[in-house]
Amino acid sequence: MSGTDFLLELRCEEIPARMQAGARADLERLFRAEMDAAGVQVGAITVWSTPRRLALIARGLPQATEAVSEEAKGPPEGAPDAAIDGFCRKAGVTRDQLTLREVKGRNTYFAVIDKPGRATRDVLAEAIPAIVRAFPWPKSMRWGEASLSTESLRWVRPLSGIVAIFGEDLVQCAVSGIASTYATMGHRFHHDGPITIGGAHDYAEKLRACHVIVDHAERQDMIRAGAAKAAADAGLTLVEDEGLVIENAGLTEWPVPLLGRFDEAFLDVPPEVIQLTARTNQKYFVCHDADGKLANAFVCTANIEAADGGARIVDGNRKVLAARLSDARFFWEQDRKTSLESHAKKLERITFHEKLGTVADKVERVARLARWLVEKGVVNGADPDQAEQAAQLAKADLVTEMVGEFPELQGLMGGYYARAEGLPDAVADAIRDHYKPVGQGDEVPTAPVTVAVSLADKLDTLRSFFAIDEKPTGSKDPFALRRAALGVIRIVQENGLRLPIAEGDLLDFFADRLKVQQREAGVRHDLIDAVFALGNEDDLVRLLARVKALQEFMKTDDGANLLAGYKRAANILRKEDWLGLEGEIARTGEEDPLALVDDPDLKAVVDAKMAQARAKELSYTPEPAEKALIEALDKAGPTAAAAVEAEDFAAAMGALASLRAPIDAFFDSVTVNDADPAKRAGRLDLLARFRDAVHRVADFSRIEG
Amino acid sequence: MTRDAPARNPANSFQDMILTLHDFWSANGCLILQPYDMRMGAGTFHTATTLRALGPEPWNAAFVQPCRRPTDGRYGENPNRLQHYYQYQVILKPSPANLQELYLQSLVEIGIDPLKHDIRFVEDDWESPTLGAWGLGWEVWCDGMEVTQFTYFQQMGGFDCKPVAGELTYGLERLAMYIQGVDNVFDLNFDGRGVTYGDVFLENERQMSKWNFEVADTDALFDLFRKAAAECRNALDAEVPIAAYEQAIEASHLFNLLQARGVISVQERASYMAQVRDLARGSCEAYMAKEADRWAREYPEWSA
Repeated sequence: MSGTDFLLELRCEEIPARMQAGARADLERLFRAEMDAAGVQVGAITVWSTPRRLALIARGLPQATEAVSEEAKGPPEGAPDAAIDGFCRKAGVTRDQLTLREVKGRNTYFAVIDKPGRATRDVLAEAIPAIVRAFPWPKSMRWGEASLSTESLRWVRPLSGIVAIFGEDLVQCAVSGIASTYATMGHRFHHDGPITIGGAHDYAEKLRACHVIVDHAERQDMIRAGAAKAAADAGLTLVEDEGLVIENAGLTEWPVPLLGRFDEAFLDVPPEVIQLTARTNQKYFVCHDADGKLANAFVCTANIEAADGGARIVDGNRKVLAARLSDARFFWEQDRKTSLESHAKKLERITFHEKLGTVADKVERVARLARWLVEKGVVNGADPDQAEQAAQLAKADLVTEMVGEFPELQGLMGGYYARAEGLPDAVADAIRDHYKPVGQGDEVPTAPVTVAVSLADKLDTLRSFFAIDEKPTGSKDPFALRRAALGVIRIVQENGLRLPIAEGDLLDFFADRLKVQQREAGVRHDLIDAVFALGNEDDLVRLLARVKALQEFMKTDDGANLLAGYKRAANILRKEDWLGLEGEIARTGEEDPLALVDDPDLKAVVDAKMAQARAKELSYTPEPAEKALIEALDKAGPTAAAAVEAEDFAAAMGALASLRAPIDAFFDSVTVNDADPAKRAGRLDLLARFRDAVHRVADFSRIEG
Repeated sequence: MTRDAPARNPANSFQDMILTLHDFWSANGCLILQPYDMRMGAGTFHTATTLRALGPEPWNAAFVQPCRRPTDGRYGENPNRLQHYYQYQVILKPSPANLQELYLQSLVEIGIDPLKHDIRFVEDDWESPTLGAWGLGWEVWCDGMEVTQFTYFQQMGGFDCKPVAGELTYGLERLAMYIQGVDNVFDLNFDGRGVTYGDVFLENERQMSKWNFEVADTDALFDLFRKAAAECRNALDAEVPIAAYEQAIEASHLFNLLQARGVISVQERASYMAQVRDLARGSCEAYMAKEADRWAREYPEWSA
């Protein structure tokens, strides 16, 4: 490919590791936008980052943009001189260069503006300062003398240098007193003084020679491989941790993984605690021994090739880790001197929410609910005493020293402490796992006691916050209620739990969460709406079975045609403002005219009215297709109702399918809007009956398509 | 390097390490100040940092500041934790372009070779709600140990820093333990001639921990807090903001003592912190207001 390569390096003081991936993407995006706006064709772009630099290489840029000529329309002939002169000035032409053409019957001046191609180097020289100024760092700062004014340049940390080379030519530009040069810096400690870069072609290799691996992906590979090798050399297996790989690559320009050992005595502390301390505080990997148990080893990633092979570095890191682990061990020992029951007493002093009392109050509610769930048979196979006990102790670890230091160990530590004091495994497991599922990929509890506690905890949270009107709005969900609802949905689904999940606002909230969750499983949200709209469905397991059957049905020919027939019938009824038999009874002003029909108090009235209406002979002889539809409805109605009752939703859909041919035939050969008012009324009633029969299964008006 | 003064031995002497830092920062244009004569939780509270970070005037200073953190006391029984320890503070305003290089050079001076030890700048943004202050920077790691907080102040007392000051806070005991290869702070060689940190401070830690946690009269402390707050307002009314700021520092420390005595509930805690913050910010505002006209005259490109 022809064209010229461009290299840009923006050097600054250490960029936070967590921001580097975003910065690479932003750099490429801003560069493309600038080139696009200037009409420079851009092909492949490579972006790299280290803690001290962002780099971009754009390959095969043209030397110049193409010339374009544009025509500009000016004032009409005879316009005041000032207007014509003004137009000439703006267009950059003289008056004799104007041409006259007729526009809508008037002679009008036109100017041809030739925009010559621009040298790409000039475009770049303007683009670089613009990119730097527009860079969207998540947090940025001012610095140095220029910061006397708040208008001074902002960058993630002080910007110290710009390298911009097009081919082999310097792209001359400056931002806030920092001028572009050919020179960059090598590794902070392994190389002194500036390095002169020739261009994109020698950039990475020149830096490599000065102990900088500019390609972040290569550094990540070095850490992955180096850490694994360090572990293997010690006869251990590295516990892989991609987050740590990326973070350490973001903290180093010359990564050197080194293995160290810590005192074996610390292995008394739970392995999760050791791993968390090593990871979050020190950014170390940990290792497993041959039996898959945590080994007394860590792997740190140095940024230098130390003369002594890193012995001093390892020793320093070992000391720091030892200090951290002694703290952890101290907590582990302190916490176990007190029983979970005594810890739990301290929850009386912690406010859960000002309107919802203390954490102890919440624990009490959860314990009662967990017990109820077991006793009522919603959760089978659990001992109600164990469910209650586990719930009572589930939050006790929140006041332990360890969880105070490492909040992410909540639950887990409670599980350890419960086992250490000899509580049954089912109770300890429930304490450990009751927060689950936390994230999307997190496993869903299936052990009965755990299921009871986990479900009770989340339901209590949801009901309590909804009761005081603290509902999530927009992006604000301070009490993580969406996550709690999703947790409930997943627990209920995976364990097939049958219970009325909620009512009112909270039920609607569950419906929304369910739609979001099911979208990923390929379930159509409008079908969920169609079932929820029936208004009487608060059992998620039954609801999903119904939705699933409906979705299968909608994939069939019968389903699609029935929906078309339904929509046609509903349209006619709406246009005629025909409420039908049930409409007479249930005209409540609600969106769904059938909202009250399922009210058990009204059922008898409805049934009587329906029977009476059907008994009434039609005052005319129905046409064959009309008669066929009446007969089909007589059969399908009860069949569908019985199937729904028996939760055999496939059969309910089957009953609806039997209406497809008759409704199609009805529309083909029967005129609804007959001149005879009796016929018209009879047929509209029939359509209303058809619509209502369909509504027994799902609200088809909510179905798209 | 040649020197007329007796050779420093920072590798084996806590005080020589401090003197070496003084030599270095003095040679690099800093005033060498003495500690502020009040009890405070961090060197940042020193007026040489807080108040001097405000306004346009250049300011370069270095000093040791004893810090008191009552809740960190461990009766002298923990090898790493103290309720009284030293910070070495450097403030350079405006922040020079070579601040990182200067800092790294200072580490070399006290005996840390960056080709033998792994020095890293790890993101750590600093914020002091009490002072209405924040900045961006790093904690500097030496072989995995945090040895310095490195911050570019962006705001102080709720005001944008114009210009920005660079602040370095060295943890002196940690650095010395590292350089001397000592695992217990009380084993540090204080003078290079065998007097240990424990000889100087162990009994102090025992008694002060006891006083902080068990003895201090809490009624008196509450009373002193109220009096400091009132005196701060009195000084603000009289337009002596430096005196007001001292009372804010006093209130802040009294609050820390009350915390250590465990007599401030979680709910009350926020309210006390807000009071201290208002005092400190009010003092900064008054200091700005008093100086703003002069600064604007002398630095035309500056505005509050």
